[in-house]
Amino acid sequence: MISELFTVTVLIGILASGIRLATPYLYASIGETFGQRSGVLNLGVEGQMLLGAFAAFYVALTTGSLWLGILAAMIVGALMGLIMAFVTVNLHAQQGISGIGFYLFGLGLSDLLFQKLMGTVETVKGFPPIKIPWFSSIPGVGEIFFSQNILVYGAYLLVPLAWFVLNKTTLGLKIRSVGENPDAADSLGVSVARIRYFTIILGGTLSGIAGASLSIALLNVFQQNMTSGLGFIAVALVYFGAWRPWGVLGGALLFSMVNSLQLWIQVLGIPIPSEIAVMMPYVLTILVLVITVSRVRAPSALTKPFERED
Amino acid sequence: MAESRSIKQRTPLRIRVEPRLSEPPAWFPAVVSFSAILVALILGGILISFAGGDPIRSYIHIAKASFGDIGVISDTIVKATPIILAALACSVAFRMKLWNIGAEGQFIMGAFGASAIVLAPVLPAETPPWIFIPVMMLAGMAAGALWGFIPGYLKAKFNVNEIISTLMLNYVAVAWVNFWIFGVWTEGGFQMSPKFPVAANLPRLTDFAKIFPIFRGLTTHLGLVIGIVAAIILWFIIFRSRWGYEIRLIGDNPQAARYAGINITKNVIWVMMLSGALAGLGGMSEVTGVVHRLQTAPLAAGYGFTGIIVAWLAKLNPLVIIVASVLFGALILAGREIQPSGVPKMIQGIILVCLIASDFLLRYRIVIERGEE
Repeated sequence: MISELFTVTVLIGILASGIRLATPYLYASIGETFGQRSGVLNLGVEGQMLLGAFAAFYVALTTGSLWLGILAAMIVGALMGLIMAFVTVNLHAQQGISGIGFYLFGLGLSDLLFQKLMGTVETVKGFPPIKIPWFSSIPGVGEIFFSQNILVYGAYLLVPLAWFVLNKTTLGLKIRSVGENPDAADSLGVSVARIRYFTIILGGTLSGIAGASLSIALLNVFQQNMTSGLGFIAVALVYFGAWRPWGVLGGALLFSMVNSLQLWIQVLGIPIPSEIAVMMPYVLTILVLVITVSRVRAPSALTKPFERED
Repeated sequence: MAESRSIKQRTPLRIRVEPRLSEPPAWFPAVVSFSAILVALILGGILISFAGGDPIRSYIHIAKASFGDIGVISDTIVKATPIILAALACSVAFRMKLWNIGAEGQFIMGAFGASAIVLAPVLPAETPPWIFIPVMMLAGMAAGALWGFIPGYLKAKFNVNEIISTLMLNYVAVAWVNFWIFGVWTEGGFQMSPKFPVAANLPRLTDFAKIFPIFRGLTTHLGLVIGIVAAIILWFIIFRSRWGYEIRLIGDNPQAARYAGINITKNVIWVMMLSGALAGLGGMSEVTGVVHRLQTAPLAAGYGFTGIIVAWLAKLNPLVIIVASVLFGALILAGREIQPSGVPKMIQGIILVCLIASDFLLRYRIVIERGEE
């Protein structure tokens, strides 16, 4: 039975769906990376994703336009980000706890709207796969990397883009300085509040897209609590990836490959308890934190509200 | 003179925020929390009406469905019981500024530990209740404490962020219990264990209906007593013992605690274990008092997260937690029948955000004044 896993078709299937399943993690974790690099822990990603997933699905279902769905998810995510920014930046809220509030809010409101506006589980025709000419015809590789839908490609393009913005632009420098030493940044004329508003709203927008990628690109349905912890893993991935976009990519791929492997194990009916496979990524995250924590340092001002000293 | 007044009239009102230098009066935090809940209910009401519901009817329904008669009051208390213990768990960790988000997982592990006594089986089904119940309590606390020990140890020794590790362990706990009930302890292939023997169930009021007919049908169980006793003991630990003093000092001023020679590393581990044990006791109470079998869905129902809200609302005071838990028990109970579903979770979220935001008023004064140029 185990040997069935190692046929070429199955391996390609596992890798292809692994690449695809990393999409929501990537959007959410890259957004979270920006927030944390500026010193803000957004633990409400799960709630933002759920609302984004619902908004995208509902708008796509009623208007027939997937792109309007994406836009709706972005707006909803940004709005959640705006409220969160006000609560954390202006009101100095404890970030670990208020994030749980945003999670419960998103969980409840998306459920409420689903019941009121739809009532039953429906499906949409999500983004179709786009075969990239020439590349997609390479055996194996083509199917794994070059026959995905647009949101999947977008997620992977986001990684170098985020790396570039964070490390090679003035904006990135400001974000990092606000996260490391807000007092110094402030004295140099950088508005800590404005930068943090920007990163939290950006994070919310990307979380919204992450939710949309589930509901109108990967699964093409909306259900209550459909993210089931994806958003929390996305937060953990930022720690996993040591606050670097490429590290986040590695973590996202690891998680999605394990998910994909576990799905295939179930599909093939291989008698390995799937719960053990389910546990692995979480245990692995903790282990990676233990190993890396002595070598990488979190942004110094992470979770610390900034108060200007007069 | 006349001129200066007209200038003052023309300059706009300015709102300035300044840190409080002295403690606000004792009634002030209660008023702020009460107002925060009121604001949350209004915001929730606006959202309900946007979604096409009737907020007033929803709220009246919640009140009726949870306090309308003795039967539903008893049901409310049943829902409040696990919240009390979960909130106590959160409160003791938060007191030391340890952000234990993992009461949910510790709760589930507590239920698992208690169930293992019946299902393994450690004790035979004929064991009398007065042996069964204490042993299951200990097992639940031990399993919860273990689930608190892991993030505590990792925090103390390796400085691993406890928010992330406790969150991850929540999922591991659910998968762990699923592993046992899907396979080893399954009831005929269903995703649940067989029912526990009656001796392993916490006694309920209705069990005494022969002696007190008024108790007929009331499901309030011994877990309530366990919760209240735990709250009282915890109050004494926090406010009247040397250990509690250390915990409070570390939370308020870790630097001073270090100078005073308090071992912070050791306290992080012990407090996380105590926190886990309390949540585990909550899981034990729920599985033996209500569910009567090991099953994931009714146990992983978010009590650990509600505990966070209640702990915060009660300002981490163990005795206030009892009262606050009843309010949230009501919200969750009524939520089962309220249409559309999702309202209770949403309201809980709004309440938590409003509560945390309102803490701002305790630390800062808002001064409104005529601007002076």
